[in-house]
Amino acid sequence: MDNFATKIRIETLKMLRNRGFGHIGGSMSIVEALSVLYDNEMTIDPSNPDWEDRDYFVLSKGHAGPALYSTLALKGYFDKQLLNTLNEAHTNLPSHADRLKTPGVDMTTGSLGQGISAAAGIAKALKIQKKNNRVYAIVGDGELNEGQVYEALMFAFHHKLDNLVLMIDENKLQLDGYTDDICDQGDIRLKIAGFGWHALRVDGHNEAAIKHALQEAKEIKKVPTCVVLDTIKAKGVSFLENNTSNHHVRFTDKQIKELEHLIKQLEGDIT
Amino acid sequence: MNVKVKQKFKISNKEMRTTYNDTLVDLAKTDDKIVLLEADLMRAIKTNDFQKKYPNRTLNIGIMEQNMMGVAAGLSVRGLKPYIHTFGPFATRRSFDQLFLSLGYADLNAIIIGSDAGISASHNGGTHMPFEDLGLVRLVPNMTVMEMTDPVMFENILRQLNDQKQLSYLRIVRKHMLSIYQEGSTFEIGKGIVLREGKDATIVAAGIMVANALKAQALLQEDGINVSVIDMFTIKPIDQALLLEYADKTQCIVTAENHNIIGGLGSAVLEALETTPVTVKRVGVKDRFGQVGTQAFLEKEYELTAEDIVKAVKEQL
Repeated sequence: MDNFATKIRIETLKMLRNRGFGHIGGSMSIVEALSVLYDNEMTIDPSNPDWEDRDYFVLSKGHAGPALYSTLALKGYFDKQLLNTLNEAHTNLPSHADRLKTPGVDMTTGSLGQGISAAAGIAKALKIQKKNNRVYAIVGDGELNEGQVYEALMFAFHHKLDNLVLMIDENKLQLDGYTDDICDQGDIRLKIAGFGWHALRVDGHNEAAIKHALQEAKEIKKVPTCVVLDTIKAKGVSFLENNTSNHHVRFTDKQIKELEHLIKQLEGDIT
Repeated sequence: MNVKVKQKFKISNKEMRTTYNDTLVDLAKTDDKIVLLEADLMRAIKTNDFQKKYPNRTLNIGIMEQNMMGVAAGLSVRGLKPYIHTFGPFATRRSFDQLFLSLGYADLNAIIIGSDAGISASHNGGTHMPFEDLGLVRLVPNMTVMEMTDPVMFENILRQLNDQKQLSYLRIVRKHMLSIYQEGSTFEIGKGIVLREGKDATIVAAGIMVANALKAQALLQEDGINVSVIDMFTIKPIDQALLLEYADKTQCIVTAENHNIIGGLGSAVLEALETTPVTVKRVGVKDRFGQVGTQAFLEKEYELTAEDIVKAVKEQL
């Protein structure tokens, strides 16, 4: 690994610090997953985002846009300078992922539960077209409240979409608090397995474990695979971890200073 | 546009659903991008023949309309052409956020067929009777919204849409309609069709109300009142130029729709004429829910008959 995850974390923190507010919690929890996907796993060509033979990625939890934008910029889909424009008027980087605005974003998301259906649709299209590209989607654990998710799970199982990998960011928090307190979903891995999927659970901040899981997914035929990522919301930002108000944060002056300190510390770690 | 109107209007030989199946079967012979999406209503729309011929391109998703819209979006990302059918309320109301965002906002393409337009839902009643579908889809920016008048128009429009990259909603009656247009007629999306010329008023209609408007025109003529009749099958983008021309010519517009008078054709016409002093009277469902009944009963119940149109015209003169 080439510290790619740390670089994503640094760029994401810089974006959010510059803007002064944003979806920091859910961005930080998927950094390692994005790092593995874009630095190791996916077949992509950043100079040709619409390449027909690429693997597809759908960020169903569209509010984690900042982490995805940092990843895409670091891979060279667009100039890193663009990261300074997060949520500015007429920006190419809005809060929620938008396929029309950002090079490398394959699907527009933001209204929860919808990205997984689109990912399943892309995977089905690839089967119809007899193509071997793979499709990856990240869904939040809070997002599992949406009934549409279960419609898509049934669809993907029925159509034997073994070219689809669903990654669930189990960071245990949603906007209003702990997912268990709002609507206890039980054992997520077991629930997905109950829909016929091959389902496993790994440490979502351990890149080797994620990589191993995605490798395993490639060997599973005739059923789709789900990788539940055991994660920490706002991972790496100590003053926001385990904080039930870390979904969308408007930073105080003190927090801005702490973010700057953290960015410097992370930059030191990789030099 | 090359429209030939029949002299006498009879029940069409073909049901609308047969036209849907046959046209898609024919188009799919030379277009491997066509994919049919259904939500457990294939027997209602009779697309089993398409399924037999193209099993790999038929997705009976199951009773999950929200997922169906999302899957269609995914198919469109890969350049396929999703044709989606379900009953109008489920194609719009039930899955509106998915239609709006995953297809509309994401600028992806699909042709959505909403069947059993308004009172043609008949004995399925209020849960299945869309008086609001056109209002909903009209609120999706850039979406093309049409209501089909007869099988000849339906086939021609399907063939045109297959070559266009866009998101469209086609509201249809599923079974027989009165046949208005001669075989071989061609239509222009976004252009209304003037079926009758008269100087006293203009009736602007869509769907089953086109036939009722023509009946009303004949009844009015007997009383010495000469009205124009326009088939405004494209509700969005509406033919504003034609409406302005006939508003100016006749100074009186009456709309006729098998839909709530809020949100549908009548509203679209009012919006198009907002800068004119011309009176617009809307014949349609007056902000009510659907109910069970024969189509003939429902037509009277919701005041959608030719006589209701005649009354509305006379009140304006």
